[in-house]
Amino acid sequence: MTGSSIIEAKNVNLFYKDFQALKNISMSMTENSVTALIGPSGCGKSTFLRIFNRMNDLIDGVRIEGDIRIQGKDIYAKGLDIDELRKKVGMVFQKPNPFPKSIFENVAYGLRVNGINHKNYIEETVERSLKQAALWDEVKDNLKKSAYALSGGQQQRLCIARALAVEPSIILMDEPASALDPISTAKIEELIYQLKEKYTIIIVTHNMQQAGRVSDNTAFFYMGELIEFDSTKKVFTNPEKERTQNYITGRFG
Amino acid sequence: MNHLDAELKMLRLDMLEMFSLVISQLEKGRQALTTFDKDLAREIIMTEKRVNSFELKLDRDCENIFALFQPVAVDLRFVLATLKINSNLERIGDIAEGIAKFVLDIRLSPEPKLLEATRLIEMFDTSISMIKDVKLALETEDTALARRVFQKDDLLDEINGIANQTVGDFIRATPDRINQSLNILSMIRKLERVGDQAKNISEEIIFYIEAKVLKHRSKEEKK
Repeated sequence: MTGSSIIEAKNVNLFYKDFQALKNISMSMTENSVTALIGPSGCGKSTFLRIFNRMNDLIDGVRIEGDIRIQGKDIYAKGLDIDELRKKVGMVFQKPNPFPKSIFENVAYGLRVNGINHKNYIEETVERSLKQAALWDEVKDNLKKSAYALSGGQQQRLCIARALAVEPSIILMDEPASALDPISTAKIEELIYQLKEKYTIIIVTHNMQQAGRVSDNTAFFYMGELIEFDSTKKVFTNPEKERTQNYITGRFG
Repeated sequence: MNHLDAELKMLRLDMLEMFSLVISQLEKGRQALTTFDKDLAREIIMTEKRVNSFELKLDRDCENIFALFQPVAVDLRFVLATLKINSNLERIGDIAEGIAKFVLDIRLSPEPKLLEATRLIEMFDTSISMIKDVKLALETEDTALARRVFQKDDLLDEINGIANQTVGDFIRATPDRINQSLNILSMIRKLERVGDQAKNISEEIIFYIEAKVLKHRSKEEKK
């Protein structure tokens, strides 16, 4: 794991009321890398992902301890502007969730709510974002069409374009391809591979092969603990821990 | 180009580089013998370490591709073929090193009459050209060229087949050159093996491109 770290989590504990969902997790991610979080359901991987844009804050009775920094800044510091944080840390969800608006307006949305209304700038940004999300060629003649008219795979790429429009540094992806067919999945994976040139990506996936294909580093979570975190090559060819080996070879979990 | 394609392209380039390295080792072996250049022989032995580490690198790259990308169909055959071609190339590297050691071992410069009678240089040239052919066959995905390598091997077999007789005759006539003669006989055996490795590589190239298994088939069946 070379390069400078953009994300650092130290001794993170997270409780849902009495239940401890994350146990003393420490890990850091380098800039322009893809980190995959894997592990069986309920292991804490999605909870950990949501720490970085403070999505867990919305849950009743949640308590978070530890030090979590993005570009050196404590993102749980008092008075932190959460909207600013979420601009910097974009998110893509399992199910594509476009707004009931046109393709163009979906991508422009983030700019408009941030008070940007310079027409040329918005148009340029929409085009650039759709190109980055590998969707432009398929939709450029139908930008006014409803986003709902797109296929599931296209909708997901639209959501990625929407996240890119506000120029984040980090993109969180929570099983971004699990609701898609194999061809759309391959497109999303290819996209992730290309996006890491500009962004740092953390992806939660249930699909181990996907973690292998798209990520540079892989973290294996089990029952709220970080069992192993290493280069994906290492994890998938010769993991340090037996539990990791049992999980990735399908022997448990 | 997608991620797997990029990895496969890198693997192919590395394998071609391994080919070049091994071909150069054999060519240097030929030169070290004909010019009786012991420094060059030592250089071959030094460079053999590079061949070995290259083999390990290619093995590791294949392992990573299997683990991370689960290649299928033509991609799977390519990675499987690479693994096998890689070990064949490494053995050819060993053979070049063995030849270099013989050159170091010989006290007097090789007797031209012996070289001529055993057709050793012809063997060198044929085996080197076979490896060059299979390299080109892989680069251009030309299975017809890969198949022609099977025919070239006949010459190596022929020379190898009469080597005992030729070397025996030479030893009887020149008993003071017995060590050198035996070394030359070993080189002939080694170069015959290079031909076999080239044939194995050809089979792997055909397996990769045409999905046909030619192993353990007769020469007629391989056409």
